Amino acid sequence: MTADLLAYPPLLLLIGAAIIATAPRPVGVAAMFIGPLAALWAVWTAPEGVTLAAPYLGLTLEIMEVSPVRRLFALVFTLMTLVGGLFAFRQAARTELAAAFAYAGSALGICFSGDLLTLFLFWEMLAIFSTIVIWSGGTEKARAAGQRYAVLHLLGGLVLMAGILGLWSNTGSLDIRILTGQLGTLSGWLVLGGVLINVAAPPLSAWLADAYPEASATGTVFLSAYTTKAAVLVLILLFPGATILVGIGLYMVFYGIIYALLENDARRILAYSIVNQVGFMVTAVGIGTEVALNGAAAHAFAHIIYKALLLMSAGAVLYRTGRSKCTDLGGLFQTMPVTAICGIIGALAISSFPFTSGFTTKTMISEAAHMEGLVAVYFLLAAASAGVFLHAGIKFPWFVFFQKDSGLRPKDAPWNMAAAMIIFAGLCIFFGLYPDPLYALLPYPVEFEAYKAAKLVFYFQLLLFSGLAFFLLLPWMKRTETVSLDTDWLYRVALNRLARKAIAGFAGVASATAAFATGRVRQLIAAAERVASGSGVLARSWSVAGSALIVSAMLSLYILAYYLTA
Amino acid sequence: MTDQVHFLRRPATIRKLWILLWAVLALTVAAQVFIPVEGYFGVDGWFAFAAVFGFLSCAAMVFAAKALGALLKRKDDYYDR
Repeated sequence: MTADLLAYPPLLLLIGAAIIATAPRPVGVAAMFIGPLAALWAVWTAPEGVTLAAPYLGLTLEIMEVSPVRRLFALVFTLMTLVGGLFAFRQAARTELAAAFAYAGSALGICFSGDLLTLFLFWEMLAIFSTIVIWSGGTEKARAAGQRYAVLHLLGGLVLMAGILGLWSNTGSLDIRILTGQLGTLSGWLVLGGVLINVAAPPLSAWLADAYPEASATGTVFLSAYTTKAAVLVLILLFPGATILVGIGLYMVFYGIIYALLENDARRILAYSIVNQVGFMVTAVGIGTEVALNGAAAHAFAHIIYKALLLMSAGAVLYRTGRSKCTDLGGLFQTMPVTAICGIIGALAISSFPFTSGFTTKTMISEAAHMEGLVAVYFLLAAASAGVFLHAGIKFPWFVFFQKDSGLRPKDAPWNMAAAMIIFAGLCIFFGLYPDPLYALLPYPVEFEAYKAAKLVFYFQLLLFSGLAFFLLLPWMKRTETVSLDTDWLYRVALNRLARKAIAGFAGVASATAAFATGRVRQLIAAAERVASGSGVLARSWSVAGSALIVSAMLSLYILAYYLTA
Repeated sequence: MTDQVHFLRRPATIRKLWILLWAVLALTVAAQVFIPVEGYFGVDGWFAFAAVFGFLSCAAMVFAAKALGALLKRKDDYYDR
């Protein structure tokens, strides 16, 4: 049993988190590297099938179930923990690192959950530890954003739980299996809704760009990887081929582009582009064919690496300059060449530029749309690819590293940050030139040629003319010191105002009631005073005869009552 | 470094970069003469389709963002007040 538990990757990261939180610093640093390496080995060597189960309330919880797609996500999650740890370990606070490791451990737990109850447990742990990572930003804004994030995700967890319980009572099974057919029932919809909150689907996409950029320079790197992609894996496992996901995914794709175009904060631009990229994956899950699901999984793998790389680059800039707004930055390529070059490689990869990992993975999704004859989806994805180059591929590096000379001359990234960026930049190019090792890990056999001459011509035209559009339309994209309203306005402003109004209303009613009651009590006291004081009836001096008469009358009444009752 | 303008920021270099960009763009379109793009749905095989489609999509998205921005943008201390 102990040996089984030590081969359980989530536990290895959770133990790592506990050591980081409590042990002296050198031991914690060692755990930060040994933990993910051990987990990586455990993931790599894990045999397929259910390998860890435990009885609970008459059920058998399948704590560890391994399949190719689960292993793929687990691999990239642990890789991310390892390289993220390298990026962060000298700069981040101990709480943040411990929370990040526990957060990664929870995400791994989701990867291997064989039943919905185990999934739910890790789902909630994921929400809690990611909230702590956000709070580690340490500012008042981080505290408030973390609180909004926590409330939303715990609510999402409740929706998921309600769906799971409904499914259990309807079907008698908690097994993780394809539930697309359950979308005729309320329970099926509740499960889907709970999962969709974590992929940042509409109408609640705003939590992502609200919360992630408030974390620290290092915290956002971890946050970008786990929550949304763990939810994508759950969608692949539970809802492949659910047609509604195609529409939701396409909405996310364009939502991300438009909001990123409007945004001024570099890290918030990258947060919006997470929604955009996850939109590609959600669309693919909705298409649901083998090629599409391969595409979703491959794209998630590539995305975690290049998105982390982009946020590392923005994080290094924030760490060195204390700034992340485009209006404050510019010209940094002169003194931060390593950060700039790595950022550009990440930007090319996210734009699915040929010879980067984005090209060899995202074009699988377009291929799937084509094979299913989804003309509109295919062309919308092509337009979106152009849009990604516009909002992330050029906009991010241009405004941060080139644009104008901001006069800032910061040092380049510290060595550990630079090393982490170089590793991930290397992987972006490696999987761009040689995607076969990645393709071999995909859930279905791959018959996909990433590079064909005609396809290269198509994508070079598409992307380079998007680049031309960027520079010609630059005057239209002048950065402004603004934020853009989103549906979170409803709970950040409207609900707030409503609550204030309601409180004020209640207070009004309460004070009116109190005034009325006080008035009444005063009247009563006044009446009592009138009766009992001065010349009042009860305070007057009475004649002896009158008093004797009253006393004798009362005595007679008493005697009468006595005889009647005896 | 501080006195001298970086080579990438000199106007002469920027002009050369623009010329290079136009040359590369022309090259990607010209390449279609030698490498026929069949296209999946017919239209995407037209000459310079991807170039025009990419440019117009981006222009449309920039204008859409501009229009929505007029409606959605607020000063960046909006939520702090």
